[in-house]
Amino acid sequence: MSAPAPSMFTPAAKAMAEKLGLKMGRANLDEFAATLEELAKANPNIIAVTSDSRGSGKLAPFGKALPKQLVEVGIAEQNLVGITAGLAACGKKSFGVSPACFLTARSLEQIKNDVCYSDVPATLVGISAGVSYGALGSTHHSLHDLAVLRAIHNISIVVPADNFEARAAIRAAAKSPKPAYVRFGKAAVYTLHSPDTQFETGKAITLRDGKDVAFIATGETVVHALLAAAQLAERGMNCRVISMHTVKPLDTETVLRAARECRAVITVEEHSVHGGLGEACAAVLLQAGVSVPFRIVGLPNEDTVTGAQADIFRHYGISMEGLSETASKLLK
Amino acid sequence: MTDRELQIKSVHLRRKTLEAIFEAGAGHTGGGLSCLDILNVLYNRILNVSPENFSSPARDRYVQSKGHSVEALYAVLADRGFFPGTELKTICHYKSHFVGHPTRHVPGIEMNTGALGHGLPICIGMALAGKMDSASYRVFTLLGDGELAEGSNWEAALAAAHYKLDNLTAIIDHNTLQITGHTRDVMSNEPLDEKWRAFGWAVKVVNGHDYGQLTGALSKPAEKGKPTCVIANTVKGKGVSFMENVAKWHHGVPSEAELKQALRELDAAETKLREAA
Repeated sequence: MSAPAPSMFTPAAKAMAEKLGLKMGRANLDEFAATLEELAKANPNIIAVTSDSRGSGKLAPFGKALPKQLVEVGIAEQNLVGITAGLAACGKKSFGVSPACFLTARSLEQIKNDVCYSDVPATLVGISAGVSYGALGSTHHSLHDLAVLRAIHNISIVVPADNFEARAAIRAAAKSPKPAYVRFGKAAVYTLHSPDTQFETGKAITLRDGKDVAFIATGETVVHALLAAAQLAERGMNCRVISMHTVKPLDTETVLRAARECRAVITVEEHSVHGGLGEACAAVLLQAGVSVPFRIVGLPNEDTVTGAQADIFRHYGISMEGLSETASKLLK
Repeated sequence: MTDRELQIKSVHLRRKTLEAIFEAGAGHTGGGLSCLDILNVLYNRILNVSPENFSSPARDRYVQSKGHSVEALYAVLADRGFFPGTELKTICHYKSHFVGHPTRHVPGIEMNTGALGHGLPICIGMALAGKMDSASYRVFTLLGDGELAEGSNWEAALAAAHYKLDNLTAIIDHNTLQITGHTRDVMSNEPLDEKWRAFGWAVKVVNGHDYGQLTGALSKPAEKGKPTCVIANTVKGKGVSFMENVAKWHHGVPSEAELKQALRELDAAETKLREAA
């Protein structure tokens, strides 16, 4: 028996989640696979393309239920994206599904040219993103994907925080005539939103209001910001928590409002501190002439520490405790 | 259109290609002239594609993987009425839609290409979509032989045979020269026919300037259940004596004197063709 993976949450963080009434959902990966299968059953033009990734993409049931709507390309990510683009150019709503690390590096040129430049309605789904693969090492991490795709014209970037956002992001992508990138992890995540929440690509969701520190977080780091805000509230600080599920196009209005109304801004992402959400927000604020104490929490420019995803998160301060400390120091 | 009429048209298209490159002050002369007869046959005999049906899902698809030979493609599309021939004078000019590689802003272009090794994977997606829809359209792509060093082509070669895409034809403009020199010196790829056969394709080797051979190889899929690879043996710079088989004309731009000389040769070729008719 191997040792169980370390938890993403300390006992204190778990207790805080319980206090907030948060319920553990499933992995966004599972939510994605179930959503895509539902959509594909209703629309035969929805095609999933996998690169020996139907298992890791949780698409084996999809392949069994809808064998004619799944195209397997083998371990060939460049081909995966080219084929996904060609399908999209011929009337299919194609979803290219592959680990984010390979999808957005090996086949970046195909994303740039075949999907974005040719402007076809393809969606690229980066699975097991960020440091989901933990101790498998940097070959399997995607800490660059937001940065490189932000610099490419004509693609939206969505990083869902919970099952609700994951489902909404996939449904929005299925309807969109434009290129989209959706990335998420493979660990189970807390549910942060009620089912009646409004989701719109490019429009952030404010989970908690406050005027001391604004946490602008994306993807599966949002929960840690929410827990930190709850912990800080017990210490008399009222913090705002924003789920910036869409990194591009960025909801600049919400970023500016946060910086104008709060005493400090902290961005949080499972990505390099270079070129991701943090620098995107910094550019918005600086160009608008808004100055505020500001920190980017993410993975620094170094060899990433070895460990499970939970270890890596904690090491770099992406945790309730870490974010509380960053906030307290910033306001000192 | 008879072979002779197409040959006469090819002289006209070579003229337009050279004039366009001269006007643009940039372009890919040698490869444009080597694939021009292939494009001429495709657009005038094979492809079910016209300005009128270009939005029809039933049309054939052509993706030019060797996107750099765009001036020849633009010349053929103008001749087929996709846009006025005067547009060719705007290639590469400020704010022109006519970029130095194919873009969908230009009527008649299916996909944006220019980075090599992209056309074949895209065409597999298009051919798969056709099979899914039980559509009768065919999908064609044109690759350079130097381009075959890009690994993505071989990922795609596997997939096309795996999916038995007999609605897909890849044409290789086998002019044996690339920007640095002979393909055999830069990165050997022979024997090409055996490679494609080994990957599960039906292969036809033709003279890429022979209208009868090209028409024969492109008219229908070579074999049921297999993608077709047409290796078209061509001459880089074909039709202009001082450009033929000279690597520096890969992206050489003719001077005014060179253009005049080239046009004189083409005029003489046309006169000869008309006399023989």
